[in-house]
Amino acid sequence: QVQLVVPMTVVFGPGSVPGDLPKPLPFRDVQEMEISVNLRTSVKSRYEMRYRSTTGQEEAALAAATAREADAALHQLQDTTLGSLIMYVVPETSSLLPQGINVYVGKHRSALVRAGGSLAALQARLREVAQVMSFTASSIAAALSDRVPDGQLGPDARRNLKSSLGYEITFSLLNPDPKSHTVDWDIEGAVNRYVKPVLDKLSLVANFSVDSQILYYAVLGVTPRYDKESSSFLLSAHSLPHVINPVEARLGSSAASLYPVLNFLLYVPERSHSPLYIQDKDGAPVGTNAFHSPRWGGIMIYNVETPASPQASLPLHVDVDMPRVMEVFLAQLRLLFGLSREEVPPEFLLESPGNEGLADWELDHLLWAHTVENIATVSTTLTSLAQLLDKIGNIVIKDDVASEVYRAVASVQSAVTKLSLGHLHAAFQASKEAVTSSERAFFDPSLLHLLYFPDDQKFAIYIPLFLPMAVPILLSLAKIVRETRLRKKEPTKMD
Amino acid sequence: SRFWFNYRHMANTLSMYRSVKRLGIPDSHIVLMLADDMACNPRNPKPATVFSHKNMELNVYGDDVEVDYRSYEVTVENFLRVLTGRIPPSTPRSKRLLSDDRSNILIYMTGHGGNGFLKFQDSEEITNVELADAFEQMWQKRRYNELLFIIDTCQGASMYEQFYSPNIMALASSQVGEDSLSHQPDLGIGVHLMDRYTFYVLEFLEEIHPASQTNMNDLFQVCPKSLCVSTPGHRTDLFQRDPGNVLITDFFGSVRKVEITTEALSLDPDVAGFESK
Repeated sequence: QVQLVVPMTVVFGPGSVPGDLPKPLPFRDVQEMEISVNLRTSVKSRYEMRYRSTTGQEEAALAAATAREADAALHQLQDTTLGSLIMYVVPETSSLLPQGINVYVGKHRSALVRAGGSLAALQARLREVAQVMSFTASSIAAALSDRVPDGQLGPDARRNLKSSLGYEITFSLLNPDPKSHTVDWDIEGAVNRYVKPVLDKLSLVANFSVDSQILYYAVLGVTPRYDKESSSFLLSAHSLPHVINPVEARLGSSAASLYPVLNFLLYVPERSHSPLYIQDKDGAPVGTNAFHSPRWGGIMIYNVETPASPQASLPLHVDVDMPRVMEVFLAQLRLLFGLSREEVPPEFLLESPGNEGLADWELDHLLWAHTVENIATVSTTLTSLAQLLDKIGNIVIKDDVASEVYRAVASVQSAVTKLSLGHLHAAFQASKEAVTSSERAFFDPSLLHLLYFPDDQKFAIYIPLFLPMAVPILLSLAKIVRETRLRKKEPTKMD
Repeated sequence: SRFWFNYRHMANTLSMYRSVKRLGIPDSHIVLMLADDMACNPRNPKPATVFSHKNMELNVYGDDVEVDYRSYEVTVENFLRVLTGRIPPSTPRSKRLLSDDRSNILIYMTGHGGNGFLKFQDSEEITNVELADAFEQMWQKRRYNELLFIIDTCQGASMYEQFYSPNIMALASSQVGEDSLSHQPDLGIGVHLMDRYTFYVLEFLEEIHPASQTNMNDLFQVCPKSLCVSTPGHRTDLFQRDPGNVLITDFFGSVRKVEITTEALSLDPDVAGFESK
């Protein structure tokens, strides 16, 4: 039984304490909920809340002009660990939060919440904030998607990347028309400046490796339509799925590693098909001119401006505007991991994470989902391994397979314990170790069921060989026994 | 199966490979196992070609064939290792089945077979029980979302009788007790080029393009007894969806789900610092 514990601190700013507190500050409270995944599996969530009032320094920080400044000042005073949350309650009439906004979520692990009159209203709001910043029933169900009965999963359920120990990211520049365009992109610089900070933040989750390549004469599989009104070429939304396949054959991947590959493609259309825009389902042009495919990667179309004079010499030199491209690719990377800000209630204001790419609480969101997914995977793997061993009675378990199984069991138990104590980081590391060990044990080459014959097959092979040989041997043995018995009887007879 | 007179088995497999590639599946997602080399066989009067239609109309061994397991590497053990994933760590990526719980897998097998077995290399067999167990191992680890199993051999229907894992659909070229027959000999090459069932499946697939909406029920109608002499069979009881709703391109082609990217980050080009190498 997995219990997810989120330690939360709720700090009441001056003038925001509700009148109906059950006990004087500071006090502790616990809120529990059960997320039921299927008939036999459910996950308990437990928010351990510690209510207190502000210290002098926090009061000074809350007196700032905007929510962002307040959050930055408060961040200096916090010491939140991975997985924990801290919320500051400001009075209902406070001007710190803009009009119509009741919650401001910062880019670390804190939020500013407007008081709601009674304690119950405040607690409802706090519960909402806590769910956005840690995990919701749907994010847990998505992590455990193979246990949810099929009818209940929405169509979007299996689109997030599965939890893996590492991911390979490949940036590819596709130039189908090198005669018209000579495209230069400073990918190394862009990776160092923009991608590395994001990957460094995600390095807690997995190992990332980054490659890049340029492909020439790689065309999209679909011919775009010419639209007279906008004098541009359009790719409609329903033709997009067919775009990826012809290109994929040429993308390649590293032969040595088995990690999932995320491909980010930048396509510079041919001169004869420029400018090229993507249309969404309603026929409106897409602002980013990009689309992505879950668990695969993303494609962005980069239009080259037509030169002022038609007599400009070909090939045109194109310097790719890397910040604009990276903004889209990194947004696609977030979406591939499942970090979307779309389901947030409208009265919430979320701080943009800036160059780091994701907020601390979004990292926590990923870690909660991946830890639960890892624990579920380990238990399925070990159960299946046990069933296999039951089925084939004479399978030989090598020592290293056995030790991997023990290690997996110990790690997963430690992960569940750490989760129930609220130590998310340690729980995640333990779950990663458990997955590594259990996969190594399950996929060990020596466990191929083909290599082990059931006993009846062994009899079937040896009996036709030995039975005919055994017949004369047994008969002569019987004859010898009879003769010795006769010989033994004779002396008594002669008496 | 080995030997020159089993030319048609190679041609069967290569024709399916060609159709599947034409409908969009890249080589990185195909594991092709050919037990013998017909194209470069000393008895091949037209070296480096494998034809599927007589009068040498169609060379299915073109320039773009990537064989992952060739010749003596095609063994029952390697096949089961690929399916279950219990592969030695030194195996390269192209020889592995890297599927996950959203992958639809198509398995096509052809050769000589009998009631409950398929011959590999003329010296060993894979039984229907082993195959069913391998699929169950795959299901336990969620290595497939849905699986389509097609087999073209004598008494092919016996091979799918033992399956018990969910989400498997199976097609076979003949029922238990019937033989699958070959299609046509080519007098120039001197052997039978294709088997009947696969030949008609191929003609059916030639009409499919990546955006087509043809479904599985049409595939079940391919090769009636009048053309095939044997009675093709299929099994759908383990499959959750109605075959009428399953598109051919769900298995034979590769059509990905795509979403429009509506958000972009805002990066500040001046703030980011450089990493020192």
